[in-house]
Amino acid sequence: MKIDHTQPLEYSTDQNQLNILGFWVFLGAEIMLFATLFTAYFTLAGRTGTGPTPAEIFEITPVLIETFVLLTSSFTIGLGIHAMRLGRKNAMLTFFGITLLLGLGFLGVEIYEFMHYYHVGATYQTSAFTAALMTTLGTHGAHVTLGLFWGTFIIIQVIKRGLTPQNANKAFIFSLYWHFLDVVWIFIFSFIYLKGMM
Amino acid sequence: MEFFQRFAIPHPSPAIYASMVAIALVSIAIVVGLTYFKKWGYLWREWLTTVDHKKIGIMYLLSAILMLFRGGADAIMMRAQLATPEAKLLDAQHYNEIFTTHGVVMIIFMAMPFIFAFMNLLVPLQIGARDVAFPRLNALSFWLFFFGAMLFNISFVVGGSPDAGWTSYFPLAGNDFSTSVGTNYYMIAIQISGIGSLMTGINMITTILKMRAPGMTLMKMPMFTWSAFIANVIIVFAFPVLTVALLMGTTDRLFGTNFFTTGNGGMDMLWANFFWVWGHPEVYILILPAFGLYSEIISTFSGRNLYGYKSMVASMVLISLLSFLVWTHHFFTMGQGALTNSIFSVTTMAIAVPTGVKIFNWLFTMWKGKIRFTVPMLYSIGFIPLFTIGGVTGVMLAMSAADYQYHNTMFLVAHFHNAIIPGVVFAMLAGLTYYWPKFFGFMLNEKIGKSTFWLLSIGFVLAFFPMYITGLDGQARRIYTYSESTGFGPLNMVSFVGAALMAIGFITIVWNIYYSFKNSPRNIGSDPWDARSLEWATHTPVPVYNFARMPQISSSETFWDSKKKGHQLFKGEYEEIHMPNNSGVPFVMSAIFFVAGFSFVFALWVPAVIALIGIFICMGLRSFEQDHGYHIHVKEIEETEEFLGGAK
Repeated sequence: MKIDHTQPLEYSTDQNQLNILGFWVFLGAEIMLFATLFTAYFTLAGRTGTGPTPAEIFEITPVLIETFVLLTSSFTIGLGIHAMRLGRKNAMLTFFGITLLLGLGFLGVEIYEFMHYYHVGATYQTSAFTAALMTTLGTHGAHVTLGLFWGTFIIIQVIKRGLTPQNANKAFIFSLYWHFLDVVWIFIFSFIYLKGMM
Repeated sequence: MEFFQRFAIPHPSPAIYASMVAIALVSIAIVVGLTYFKKWGYLWREWLTTVDHKKIGIMYLLSAILMLFRGGADAIMMRAQLATPEAKLLDAQHYNEIFTTHGVVMIIFMAMPFIFAFMNLLVPLQIGARDVAFPRLNALSFWLFFFGAMLFNISFVVGGSPDAGWTSYFPLAGNDFSTSVGTNYYMIAIQISGIGSLMTGINMITTILKMRAPGMTLMKMPMFTWSAFIANVIIVFAFPVLTVALLMGTTDRLFGTNFFTTGNGGMDMLWANFFWVWGHPEVYILILPAFGLYSEIISTFSGRNLYGYKSMVASMVLISLLSFLVWTHHFFTMGQGALTNSIFSVTTMAIAVPTGVKIFNWLFTMWKGKIRFTVPMLYSIGFIPLFTIGGVTGVMLAMSAADYQYHNTMFLVAHFHNAIIPGVVFAMLAGLTYYWPKFFGFMLNEKIGKSTFWLLSIGFVLAFFPMYITGLDGQARRIYTYSESTGFGPLNMVSFVGAALMAIGFITIVWNIYYSFKNSPRNIGSDPWDARSLEWATHTPVPVYNFARMPQISSSETFWDSKKKGHQLFKGEYEEIHMPNNSGVPFVMSAIFFVAGFSFVFALWVPAVIALIGIFICMGLRSFEQDHGYHIHVKEIEETEEFLGGAK
């Protein structure tokens, strides 16, 4: 395998470069996936049937906690990648660890939020609005859950095998994924929660 | 007993029982045959675990041909039922199931794998690459498609076929009106193979952008590669819409959500919109690679370079953009209002412009050329007038005011078959004949090939042109019979005769493959058609590494230049070649997808959860696996090249 030392570690082999481009294309598909979910949500948000309206069930506190936690995790994974470029393995692992803990915290609050909806009578089956809401949030949450496993696997591999071109590549791609989930959340926060509470 | 009741067919008939027996016998024959000839190891090593784009392409090709016959059997049953008024061959329920599976099988499980076959076989060769960017992902794409197709195909013997049309509009496709598990099969089988398609899209885009041989700029790519590139961009942007729509349809049916229901705020039209936001671009996903194949073939057999290369590219880019802006024309009559309909009428008609540009480019390519009337060229020449008729009737349908007359009639059925059969099917058969020698080492018989072409063309005209007339007279589609007083009888009989001719035509393809395998000479060299683009520059059969040395590209027809203008294609010494390892994981993981899908169809939650965990374990194992591939040494390359008839 040819390693090009003029490039950052994560770009240093041909396969690494392919992986990164391929993942950007995948993120393009993910944008379409979430765009479709948002379209469904905006179409169905007002169609509450006999169930509650958005303003009746949304609570600002858990949503704000989730937002701060997830935005912070995007910052810490950025620091992690920065540490990786400096070749500081332990600092990178620490920041990745913090990122995943914040992700876990986000997921915990989101589960609380879903339980809250259930208690106030907004279940998956209640109306078109609740179905669209929970599918959109649930798809994002499922992505975060998958990311927790994925990130843990990468941490284990960096500990076991060190900062190899392959591991740096995986970590970098994971950071792209994590930032993307953050961007999606900003849209969820602005156009689902804030708009719904107005 | 009650547990097994759910797997029974709700509307059994002798034909279905016969199919069950046939499926069982064929399965037993395959297992016994593989065991008797001791081929299990060969099958596993060479095919089930392969990551070679050429072998994956061949598997796509075989699956597509198999599905062509499955979908074709549906078609001939429909035409037989409609051949005479008030026929009793099929009842309404069976007819519903058959037109549904005919549509799904032909689009998702025949046409899609056919174009993926050509993309896999040709794109790496046309750009001078060793393989695709992600060979193992490529294998996963194929096996997801394959198991999705198998899941869909067992529906008619286990639990009942889907019966709500290939569009499966809600509320018809909802639990209230589609009570069997058939529509579950539709939602989940298409989902599984759709994930595979999306992965192919990502794979091909990355391959084409990053793995071209030295000197091949984007505007020097062969036209088929351009068409594949644009089709894959459309795949990446269109398939996620289908993913979401199918997910919502699945939760509506299995978990009682209210996306597309008629109560609690559900909106049935949302499904129609999502379906066609994917469905119309899907049409161009199929037709653009077909256009790419025609471009290669017409240029080769006219002995001229492709006329208007840049306008070909520009028109495909324009078509890809417009393809996302026309979806409403599939349901002009479903209540959007005049303004929306007018806008979508205009965007729809606009697509005729870039398509027309392409038609003229092909005509000008042939102009003053020395045309060789080979089988692939016959298909291409037949395509131009027939497809143009399909395009013109498409512009008729695009007029939203007039569409109230055409909507849901046989006129529409005639139109889209008129676009798809000369457009896509002819291209696939032309491509099959044209590229057969490259991948199998012998030519298909020209005489039999020509009779196939004439049978299919005449059969096609007889089968579908009468439908334009009965459609305008008001014969509705998707209705299993009609009374004698309508007067539709004679023309429908003509259609049946046409369909029968087409069926004979398709059988002659199988006969041709068998006959040529027995009789065709094997010493055909690597360039039997005197072709122009890079895929013909390497040996036949293509060695596993494709090109021993990287080709040096100077134009879009480098191979032609190397033959006629003394361009030196291969320079320098051999170097060690890095290749990916085979893997059984894509096959196993897709088989688990099949189990998961089947369990979801029947709402068997325990196996469903276990299978989902199995899928995640496969993904986790992949994360930890270290697979650096293997190297082919210079000596081995030299020996292979010598064995294949001289160094390249």
